[in-house]
Amino acid sequence: MTLFKLSSRELQEGLHNGEFKIADLTNEAFARIENLDNDVQAFLALNKEKATEQAAQMDQVPFEERGPLFGLPIGVKDNIVTEGLETTCASKILEGFMPIYDATVVKKLRDAGMVTVGKLNMDEFAMGSSNENSAYKTTKNPWNLEHVPGGSSGASAASVAAGEVPFSLGSDTGGSIRQPAAYCGVVGMKPTYGRVSRFGLVAFASSLDQIGPITRNVYDNALLLEAIAGVDPSDSTSADVPVPNYVSKLNGDINGLRIAVPKEYLGEGVSEEVKNSVLKALEVLKGLGATVEEVSLPHSKYALAAYYILSSSEASSNLSRFDGIRYGFRAEGVKNLMELYKETRAQGFGEEVKRRIMLGTYSLSAGTYDAYYKKAQQARTLIKADYDKVFENYDVIIGPTAPTPAFKVGANIDDPMTMYANDILTIPINLAGVPAISIPCGFENGLPLGLQIIGKHFDEETIYRTAYAYEQATEFHKETPQLWEGK
Amino acid sequence: MAKLSKEEVKHVAHLARLAITDEEAEKFANQLGKITDFAEQLNELDTTNVEPTTHVFPIVNVMREDVAQKGLDREVMMLNVKEQVDGQVKVPPILED
Repeated sequence: MTLFKLSSRELQEGLHNGEFKIADLTNEAFARIENLDNDVQAFLALNKEKATEQAAQMDQVPFEERGPLFGLPIGVKDNIVTEGLETTCASKILEGFMPIYDATVVKKLRDAGMVTVGKLNMDEFAMGSSNENSAYKTTKNPWNLEHVPGGSSGASAASVAAGEVPFSLGSDTGGSIRQPAAYCGVVGMKPTYGRVSRFGLVAFASSLDQIGPITRNVYDNALLLEAIAGVDPSDSTSADVPVPNYVSKLNGDINGLRIAVPKEYLGEGVSEEVKNSVLKALEVLKGLGATVEEVSLPHSKYALAAYYILSSSEASSNLSRFDGIRYGFRAEGVKNLMELYKETRAQGFGEEVKRRIMLGTYSLSAGTYDAYYKKAQQARTLIKADYDKVFENYDVIIGPTAPTPAFKVGANIDDPMTMYANDILTIPINLAGVPAISIPCGFENGLPLGLQIIGKHFDEETIYRTAYAYEQATEFHKETPQLWEGK
Repeated sequence: MAKLSKEEVKHVAHLARLAITDEEAEKFANQLGKITDFAEQLNELDTTNVEPTTHVFPIVNVMREDVAQKGLDREVMMLNVKEQVDGQVKVPPILED
């Protein structure tokens, strides 16, 4: 039994009642990481000394000055910069990079009194769906160590699923929070584009990237989003839209909720077990007073192609800053500046990152710009319009998060196109900029499945209300992997 | 669109400032060819008069007050620079002799 089986409310209760201290929670995180991380391989860097010191100080703060997340441990994806704590994006090109400021979300975590225990592995620069593209280690799925945790925030999901930490932050460009949350049986939210500041998030595709929370239950997820959301002068794309008090709206009541189910989301390539789990979930929601109707998002099939052109194009531009001059890896033995650039990047980037930089550069180059980049942007307009239209008549859209449960390590590594297809149900959401959550909704061969609930722009509240009502009516979120109890 | 040739791939690698071996060029030509073939399906879409989306929200020119703000200290900004001389970033020759 670990303390991290408890929800944030139970943890605060325990602190109040003197059953344990903040220092005990921090110690518990490091002890579990020490016990389990040889198997799970989630953490790239640990913040042990500072976190322990911080926890001891925080135990002195009077209870009336503490918020609901005060003193609770959290892991942070390694593409979010943390001052004085190595941040590599799981890339060799940033080996040894020591950020000189905190991302806005990291500041906000500190303001909320959360204790950052370490940095979490990922696919290099968030490009991947399995964590196999990390330059450092391959994170494993805590439910079955032969399977991937998903990606790119694979370790953010795996660390929470393994009970190493009760909270984590991930980032989602095409499904990178939701797909690993589904694969690992935890709750992961990709907020509306602009809801959370991207300042200090190492950019992959700037028009798609969002930071979001991963937790073991919906209530804690809503609490954490509330803590990190809001407009930020340092990110001109962050939205000046008020952040609601999400948790105050979680009452389990969804009577009259209008649910749309896109037929494209239960079509070809989606496993029978995944379909069944979603259909059963819809029955549960109907039982709670929601109405369910089938709709069509006719341009869904074009989302994958549009996404790979657009995200790779943006990446090829964003990643041009890694040139070996001001930070990170620098190639040696070069004759001139051009060679320094080329060798640093050739030796510093992994294969998938290079592939996407090449695809993006090609899509943006003279002669192909109109045929690929502009065409993909136009497809994006049509995909977004599909969502706008459905949301005229419905409150949420529901489908699976991923077409199958987690696949085996090594199964798709040599075939980029099959690997990309894992994200077919999550990618359109990023193109449309709408928010979506993945919550546990079943199992296939002992591996978790995720239910995806998609909402209107800036309506995370309805998503959370729906997810909470479903969670209260089911038991899936209470299951834990076997390794949970420790060796 | 025809498959990418090895020469085209090498040209793109140069634009992207990536050193590339012959073998890699071959591999990328094949893989990028598959991905661009897949992207060809976008041509099924009639996009006449469809505006391209660069950004989901129409954000333009977000301004702040024109008041000077303190930036990071120079010393701090030099912390991650591998090669430096007298507080300046050192790079190899830009022009060949």
